[in-house]
Amino acid sequence: MTSKKLTPEEIVDSFKKEFKIKVSDARIEKFTHGLKKTEMSHIWMKIDPTIIKDVTKHIMTLEKYPHFAVSSGYDTEKTIDIVYHFSIYYGKRGEEISINLTASLPKTKPEIDTISDLIPGALIAEQEKQEMLGIKVKNIPSDKRSFISDDFPKDVYPWRKDETGPEKMVRNLHEVKK
Amino acid sequence: MKAKATTKTTYQIPIGPIHPALKEPVQFEFEIDGERIVDVDVSLGHVHRAIEWTGMHRNPIQILYLAERICGICSYCHPMAFSLAVERIAGIEVPDRANYLRIVHAELERICSHVLWAGVAAHEIGFDSVLFLTWQIREEALDLTEYLTGNRVTKAITMIGGVRRDITPDMLPRIKKSLKVLKDSFEKLRKIYLEDKTFKMRSQGCGILTKEDALKLCACGPTTRASGVKKDVRIDQPYFAFGDLDFDYVTPDVLTGEVNGDVYDRIIVRLLEVKQSIELIERSIEQMPQGEIVSEPKIAKLLATLKKAKGEGIGRMEAPRGEVFHYVKLNENEYPYSWKVRAPTYSNILPWIPMLKGQQIADIPIVAASTDPCMSCTNRVTILKDNNKYELTKQELHRLSVEKTRRLMK
Repeated sequence: MTSKKLTPEEIVDSFKKEFKIKVSDARIEKFTHGLKKTEMSHIWMKIDPTIIKDVTKHIMTLEKYPHFAVSSGYDTEKTIDIVYHFSIYYGKRGEEISINLTASLPKTKPEIDTISDLIPGALIAEQEKQEMLGIKVKNIPSDKRSFISDDFPKDVYPWRKDETGPEKMVRNLHEVKK
Repeated sequence: MKAKATTKTTYQIPIGPIHPALKEPVQFEFEIDGERIVDVDVSLGHVHRAIEWTGMHRNPIQILYLAERICGICSYCHPMAFSLAVERIAGIEVPDRANYLRIVHAELERICSHVLWAGVAAHEIGFDSVLFLTWQIREEALDLTEYLTGNRVTKAITMIGGVRRDITPDMLPRIKKSLKVLKDSFEKLRKIYLEDKTFKMRSQGCGILTKEDALKLCACGPTTRASGVKKDVRIDQPYFAFGDLDFDYVTPDVLTGEVNGDVYDRIIVRLLEVKQSIELIERSIEQMPQGEIVSEPKIAKLLATLKKAKGEGIGRMEAPRGEVFHYVKLNENEYPYSWKVRAPTYSNILPWIPMLKGQQIADIPIVAASTDPCMSCTNRVTILKDNNKYELTKQELHRLSVEKTRRLMK
């Protein structure tokens, strides 16, 4: 664990140095709030899905226990994008930095490694992505549904926007007798 | 049932699921050895309402009111976290006065929530007189909420780019009166919760979450602060005008000099945060600059701007129970392309497992309640023992808990 705290620019550089072309589209967003113009930084990066485990390990060298908030996900036409939201350097006023990593999984083979073995708190988020987006999280410690019930059809994924989406199950109450 | 009946020493009790009032309803599967909990399994989502999916078919202004209905207690922080995300994508500047007004509402919500929780905690261990006392105090905070926003629960105060109602100078005496009542009653609460012998007996050394577990399982809010982790979005990454106000993390060692991570520590953290919130409201009202309260008062114009916005953003804020997290992706469309809501209880589910292991059945209500979820999930409990099935109702479980308090008092 490094003792020195890196600036957002240095964090992005360290990612580029470590993972070369597997990291792309890095951008740093800075916002100010209040009369004192307190600054906060959000880092956004695109990563290759194969390196998610190494990336998590790399974040753990910056902060021994990075805070994993949740992972979001959405369906684009050809891929399913998963966004991992980490934050590091909490515990000191105004020093926390958010790191958001987007991994695009091809729809033909939507698979990504688990990070629950490194960060146990990521389990529910990974289960949720499996059932909502129909991705496969490899080596997930507990492969069960967390939010949708077990009698919900297996091949319908609520957050998909294609033919596996839930549209055919949606009924408008004003159209049916109820 | 692989093991023979004669060698089997543990049995299972499922607790839950649930009650519709709960944002994230939970079912526990306990492995019990006598009175002691050996293992716990948690399952979620019994009334998943597909709010995120619904949100992808609404425009951002409509989502504010939808987000408000995710949770009755956090009816301010959900729409506000969503606004923060949208403002960052669309580059909307929030006026300084609005930032201070936002603090007032956020902290008032924290007071309501923490005092409500304190009452529930007292009820769980059989102190119903304290429940009525705390909820009487909460009534004052709710009256103040109603005075400021027009509503007690769904406040409808949030607007993208600011807030919807101002605090004018003629409102100040009424606000000060309420804050004084809250301050005076705080001392009463502190005495009951932190000095009462029975409270200490039931909460000290009970439901321990170690610092390492809290960090590994990504716990948030008072649950993690009670384990000694300094994590509070208001300070870590100051939003609104929290950067202008000087205040510190509330961890139990502030009061007792040590961190145990038990239920008692979680009581300390929440009570001290009530006091901190009252001070923060006073200070933000004092320091509030003059000016506009919303960047764009015309909603149609605001919607037209948002329709052109493209990009992704996150909104994080410290809700009463911990960090609430919203991810929004806008794609030059009327409706957002993606919206993800992460309520604090989502992160505080897994820490329940180390907390509950090794505890007694009678401790389940207070330990589970100590992270501040809705405890109505203990409505129905079925015990399976030697293939004889009998039901343990919420009332029965509550009775067990009350009896334990009485036993300890002897």
